[in-house]
Amino acid sequence: MKKTVFFGALTVAGIAAGAASAATLDDVKARGTLNCGVTTGLVGFAAPDANGEWQGFDVAVCRAVAAAVLGDGSAVEFVPTTGKTRFTALASGEIDMLARNTTWTFSRDVDLKFEFTGVNYYDGQGFMIPKELGVSSAKDLDGATVCIQTGTTTELNLADFFRSNNIGYEPVPIETNAEAQQQYLAGACDVYTTDASGLAATRATFEAPGDHVILPEIISKEPLGPLVRHGDPEWGDIVRWTLNALIAAEELGISSTNIEELAAGTNNPEINRILGTEGTLGEMMGLDADWAKRAIAVGGNYGEIFAKNIGESTPIGLARGLNAQWTEGGLLYSPPFR
Amino acid sequence: MSDAHAHSIAFVRMETLPESPPPARQTGMPKWLRDNLFSGWANTLLTLVGIWAIYTILSGVLPWILNGVWNASSLTECREILAGQTGACFAVLKDRWHQLLFGFQYPSELYWRPILAFFMMLVAIAPVLFFDLPRKLLIFTALFPFIAYYLIWGGPLATPLVALAGCAAAYVVFDRYGKESFAAGFLGGVAVALVVWIIGGIVVGMVASETPWMTAVPSRDLGGFMLNMMLGVTCVSLSIPLGIVLALGRQSDMPLIKGICVVFIEFIRGVPLITLLFVASVMLAYFFPPDSTVDLFLRVVIMITMFSSAYIAEVIRGGLAALPKGQYEAADSLGLDYPQAMRLIILPQALKISIPGIVNVAVGLFKDTTLVSVISMFDLIGMIRGPILASTEWNGVYWELLGFAACLFFVVCYGISQYSQWLERRLATDHR
Amino acid sequence: MLLSDTRYRSLTFQGIALLLLIVAIAYLSSNLIRNLEAAGLNISYEFLGNPSGYDINQTLIPYDSQSPHMRAAWVGILNTLLVSFLACATATIFGVVAGVLRLSNNWLISKLMAVYVEIFRNIPVLIWIIIIFTIMTAVLPGARSYLGEDPEAKMLLGMFAFTNRGIYVPAPIWGPGSMVVVVVFLASVVGVFAYRRYATKLLYATGKLLPTGWPSLLILIVPTVLMFFIMGRPITLDMPDPLANRFNLRGGLQIGAPLIALWFALAIYTGAFIAENVRAGIQAISRGQSEAAASLGLRPGRIMNLVILPQALRIIIPPLISNYLNITKNSSLAIAVGYADITATLGGITLNQTGRAIECVLLMMLFYLTISLAISAVMNVYNNSVKLKER
Repeated sequence: MKKTVFFGALTVAGIAAGAASAATLDDVKARGTLNCGVTTGLVGFAAPDANGEWQGFDVAVCRAVAAAVLGDGSAVEFVPTTGKTRFTALASGEIDMLARNTTWTFSRDVDLKFEFTGVNYYDGQGFMIPKELGVSSAKDLDGATVCIQTGTTTELNLADFFRSNNIGYEPVPIETNAEAQQQYLAGACDVYTTDASGLAATRATFEAPGDHVILPEIISKEPLGPLVRHGDPEWGDIVRWTLNALIAAEELGISSTNIEELAAGTNNPEINRILGTEGTLGEMMGLDADWAKRAIAVGGNYGEIFAKNIGESTPIGLARGLNAQWTEGGLLYSPPFR
Repeated sequence: MSDAHAHSIAFVRMETLPESPPPARQTGMPKWLRDNLFSGWANTLLTLVGIWAIYTILSGVLPWILNGVWNASSLTECREILAGQTGACFAVLKDRWHQLLFGFQYPSELYWRPILAFFMMLVAIAPVLFFDLPRKLLIFTALFPFIAYYLIWGGPLATPLVALAGCAAAYVVFDRYGKESFAAGFLGGVAVALVVWIIGGIVVGMVASETPWMTAVPSRDLGGFMLNMMLGVTCVSLSIPLGIVLALGRQSDMPLIKGICVVFIEFIRGVPLITLLFVASVMLAYFFPPDSTVDLFLRVVIMITMFSSAYIAEVIRGGLAALPKGQYEAADSLGLDYPQAMRLIILPQALKISIPGIVNVAVGLFKDTTLVSVISMFDLIGMIRGPILASTEWNGVYWELLGFAACLFFVVCYGISQYSQWLERRLATDHR
Repeated sequence: MLLSDTRYRSLTFQGIALLLLIVAIAYLSSNLIRNLEAAGLNISYEFLGNPSGYDINQTLIPYDSQSPHMRAAWVGILNTLLVSFLACATATIFGVVAGVLRLSNNWLISKLMAVYVEIFRNIPVLIWIIIIFTIMTAVLPGARSYLGEDPEAKMLLGMFAFTNRGIYVPAPIWGPGSMVVVVVFLASVVGVFAYRRYATKLLYATGKLLPTGWPSLLILIVPTVLMFFIMGRPITLDMPDPLANRFNLRGGLQIGAPLIALWFALAIYTGAFIAENVRAGIQAISRGQSEAAASLGLRPGRIMNLVILPQALRIIIPPLISNYLNITKNSSLAIAVGYADITATLGGITLNQTGRAIECVLLMMLFYLTISLAISAVMNVYNNSVKLKER
């Protein structure tokens, strides 16, 4: 902290201490805030509202980690990143974790030296097209002009899809979602492609969402999850198990409404272990016993976060689908807390 | 004979006639019209084309502006009010006014701080721009950076005070020793400033309270037009001294120093600003010590300052080259050494010639600050292209927002360029 | 002391500067190495040989998603050069016309030109690019309205379609024998220059004035047209076809909307700067020059050609070339409209996909540096060649 003030005086704008190598946990605690990288604005996942408060599904993960580590879900400094800047921001220590609907791929994990700490949303790339064109399958898109939001794995999937189906297309890469929408609505491209969740979020903002259909083909696997730097397994554990706690909480029926009651002690030992009334799970990670309780209390369990930000009652209106608990036929499966 | 002749004429006018007005087509409006608009078929054609162009533009734009809706909470509501007529939806400006000016993260209860800083900036800049104002005002100009830093970023009061104390100490040392040897004074000043800053930094770290009187605002929360203004003003003012040093270095007869300056200037001028901003956003972080990270705002300021200092150096080099050789020789013959000659004779004249050029660079730089929107900073353009157009309410309001941004930049840049022309005229008279 | 002895002072200063430079470089690179080590990264350019995996819509050389990243970078470089060239040519036209008209006697026109110059100079080019791109998407009809048997929008002359995806124009198809026609055309271009040279020489030698206008046109057109028909019309046109595809016009040449928006925005923005240079250049020639020429009995056109312009060009061209340099650098803003220039391919998608930020940015800077040094070299050669020969 002293260093911070000194550099602040020296350089006018201030320098925040942070470590590129190890002990992210100590730095976060010393700083008192969590620096969390998010998108520059995708409604439902991470976007500032009219009051400038960040809201969304990815934002909730950041807040849960902040609550677990610092005891305060609002002690988060959200750093908007683009597809280009996100990895440098994480690698250089500007942010402690990245929760920016980033697809878990081999090369990012291995070559770029990041550690994906789980999956908070199972997504896949889809296509949106005006209803009036009468297209019912992506294989009928031969010769279409396709708007792509750049900076994701989208371009690669798209090229692979059209190549393997032996049909042609005209790519129009667009930097921001807002401009891609503008192009799409003006008819400058026939199809808009990005992750299916992003398509739903985009369609929700249209004047007449009913005029556009999302084609049934999902052309890629996009497991989106928070990630941290390689080389600090302790910090990775904290992010991983905070996410798992949110998922397990839904499975075990812990919600923001009944958490106080359950924290008093139940006869389900796993709930007790998560909420810290039994065992020393928190201590093993270098946190206190209540860490998961705070993480769940700040925004609710996974199901609540989903319902509040992107669920069927919101304008985005995503069904749980693959993102249901494994007990309900989905893919969410938290390893046991013991 | 002559008499008789005179009498033989029935009438001789004894007084002069009053001047009759020139023919109608040679005066006033008709003459002006003929001379300026319809003097030949080519000119007439041009005029008609001009009138047609003006009419087309106005007939398209005027109804749109006059029919504008100022009160609505979303684009849909706007469209309902307009009920199919042409009209702008200026309500977005009203609704997102603060976001456009300050970004979406700056705490709304603290807006008075940047506003106050803005007006203080006008006062601080006045004595630099207008030579007639009392010179005492320059003291305020010197204090302004510290006040503005404190106002905009907040935090402990001691931080700007320590920074100020360091500068003041350096000035005192320079004033005391700089007369005998420029280098000694300069290096001593830098050393003293560093000592003050380091000791001050430690002291501030100990005394600073957890809840400073002015709430601290992280630079990540700055945005909107305020960010453009801050980047523009900071980078231009930092790059002028740097530019002078670079220009002098390039004129120097020491090959190594000249080489360094030439390489630096040509490198910076050879690449687009946007690649330098990419350096700031994706590369520069790797060049700082591993245990500290410098925030994006500061990295961008560093890169833009380097960028504009190279351009300013070239302008000042032009100014130096334009001075007659006699000035240099006169300074030498008076027995002045290099720093004295530069400070007392060469630079005052060279800078004066360079001012219009520097102002042009400043205008260009201010316009270029919009490029930071490409690297995920929310300046005016970044706000428009990002949060505002992506929001559910205002998705699709392009013209109003882009027009607003264009107007804002036009007013500022046109104002500065008019000042530059005024200055050029004024400086020109001084040489007569 | 080393600092006060004039014999050593210069060396001392340079020694200090060298020391500081070495320390600074060592410090920065040690930081870089430590940071990269901590992040487990390295600097390597091997990724340039890997398949890029993405497609680009406007390419001047064959390219598909299996081509390596290096080829994507080349596509970007050529696209940068293309848009810069187009914008430079158009900006020169805009600038010269506006600059000359601004000095015109016509009050309305000169005021209009002043408004044009002021408006375009004082608003950031990024805003202009976005505005013009938005105008294109919002005002022009969609490509689909040209499709089908009975389209809503008609193509101009059945050849040109203006859509918000770009402009479709007929593309020439080079059949067998077309080479001959092209060679004949090039030869007639050379012929025109030879004829004009001869005419000038004759004028200076004998004072006899040959007409240059219509003979040049004849030399340019007649042999080519003749050869075109002799070879049996080897060059045909490929028209945009509204029936081949349900989404887009097929065939012809498509000039994408991003290219047009960027081209036009850069041209009209830089044109305003060039207009000011042209005006300043013409005004800088003192009135005495044109009066002297008039007193020699030269006609107004000749005064402009023989007296004013040669002198004004010496003033106009250096800033003109630096404006060309600015266009090349500003073309990097292509990223705002999705035009695949070097910043969008190498510095955009390749950087995103591979995460090799340092390598990509360095290569990009190297490219721009090469271009601008080349342009500066041209400028220096020109400046030396037109330097006033002072005695």
